[in-house]
Amino acid sequence: MTSPSEITAKATNPRRWGWWYITELRLREMRGYLSYVITSSFGNPIIYLLALGVGLSSLVPQGIDGVPFLVFVAPAILMSTILSVGAEEGMYPVLSGFKWHKIFFAIHATPITPGQIVAGFFVHLAIRFGFTAGVFFLAILAFGAVPLSTGWLMIPIAILGAFAIMTPLAAYAAQLEDDTGQFALIQRMVVMPMFLFSGTFFPISEIPDWLEWVAWISPLWHASQLGRVVSYGTVEPIWLTILHFVVLVAFAFVGAVLTRRAFIKRLTR
Amino acid sequence: MPEPVIHANNIVKKYDDFVAVNGISFEVARGESFGLLGPNGAGKSTTMKMIAAVSTRTSGELTVLGLDPNTDGPAIRSQLGVVPQEDNLDQELRVRENLITYGRFFGMSHAECGKRADELLEFAQLSDRAKAKVEPLSGGMKRRLTIARSLMNDPQMLLLDEPTTGLDPQARHILWDRLFRLKENGTTLVLTTHYMDEAEQLSDRIIVVDKGEIMAEGSPAYLIRTYSTREVLEVRYGSDKNAAVAKKIADVGERQEILPDRILIYSADGERDLAEITSRGHHPTTSLVRRSSLEDVFLRLTGRSLVE
Repeated sequence: MTSPSEITAKATNPRRWGWWYITELRLREMRGYLSYVITSSFGNPIIYLLALGVGLSSLVPQGIDGVPFLVFVAPAILMSTILSVGAEEGMYPVLSGFKWHKIFFAIHATPITPGQIVAGFFVHLAIRFGFTAGVFFLAILAFGAVPLSTGWLMIPIAILGAFAIMTPLAAYAAQLEDDTGQFALIQRMVVMPMFLFSGTFFPISEIPDWLEWVAWISPLWHASQLGRVVSYGTVEPIWLTILHFVVLVAFAFVGAVLTRRAFIKRLTR
Repeated sequence: MPEPVIHANNIVKKYDDFVAVNGISFEVARGESFGLLGPNGAGKSTTMKMIAAVSTRTSGELTVLGLDPNTDGPAIRSQLGVVPQEDNLDQELRVRENLITYGRFFGMSHAECGKRADELLEFAQLSDRAKAKVEPLSGGMKRRLTIARSLMNDPQMLLLDEPTTGLDPQARHILWDRLFRLKENGTTLVLTTHYMDEAEQLSDRIIVVDKGEIMAEGSPAYLIRTYSTREVLEVRYGSDKNAAVAKKIADVGERQEILPDRILIYSADGERDLAEITSRGHHPTTSLVRRSSLEDVFLRLTGRSLVE
């Protein structure tokens, strides 16, 4: 009989690489819906840029914030696209893993720990967000709406922004017993308003003061402003730039901790 | 006796105020085939989850392969194969991919996973479905795939939670045949079931569980010998008459159970007792003499039937 210490020693690989096996699984699963990922990654920016660059910008010939309208909106549109992918990925795939396909329970029957499941899931999503953001970036680069030199920094910012919205939603979805309309409600009452009041198409100074707080608690506003800083160098106090970053990290970090806790609780009960 | 692969002493699992498992104790030896028999909600699945090192026990002592599931979960799980009650195959992957990704979770290389997956597809009689999608497979095929998946890491012990629930008789027999081969090869099997025939087919030793507690323990033959008679005579007089007739024939056989639809007479010789009853003028509408089964043991122990 294998002795207990031998068993423990043998489980080294999963202990070290468990998170990567999950990422690998997710990437393999993604092959099934790769055409959706690619089509939406390329399609989205083109639709937006045509509508806004060619359409809406003609109404704002003087531009905004000292730059042409397209240059002003491009970082925010990139952020809003990636953050909406983040919101999507934080809800259905998480609940599905517990409720519909129960794949998280199947994984947890192996040496993989709940924390590794979360980590691998997150690494896969970072790749997914990074890919979609990269394609979007190339598109706005082609439209001449962003400089290459510092503009590429929008990609990591977009990943961080998507995590800021994805991890809190994942933490929520992981403790949900069933979706009886909660996700649709979140889409309409949280995600949608966030896109409308986060200074995507106009600066938040245009929003009435009593509504401005929405932007301040919105990861999208913080991500968009950071995007504008690295894209065309919008002028804002340095503390504010730091604040944007801190808010995003805080959302992502607290969400990740809560997600991990929720996974452990649900998988070990 | 060599060290048992499972040692459970007075284990308890509580969910808030609800006690799912109430202090059960048992041991399982290497190579043994061990069954937990009981109705739905008896605490079998919860016990299995604690053994599988995925559910933390509230109290009591438990070691699996010499390790404590509460602290060495991943190490224990690396040596187990688990077939859960509900299939949780990855619907987004093909049949063979399900095996390969699963093998990876145990730290196996891609090459090892591929080789093992092909062997197991053969074993599970699914080789021709290797590239098929999972969703359209029949219930029996999905179960076999789940069993193949549980064997990817060549486990020391296989845990099966209600392995054939929901399958048609033919699919059950194919599955039993596969499991029996594993047993012959020395794999330790631990299974839960509420089917007495399954428990009899696959287990060397059984514990009968009800309401989170052990009611009896032993081999199927021992349990039947101890808690029941050799034969059972079943007689039916119609649901409105059964009780009245039962009073008149109460002295026949060793013991009787009066169910709504029939009377069970526990007896050493069913045919003789049937002749006795008819000679007294109580001709049943239908009658049947059969061997005692674990169902009778359960009825005796709990006063209830296994499948309700």
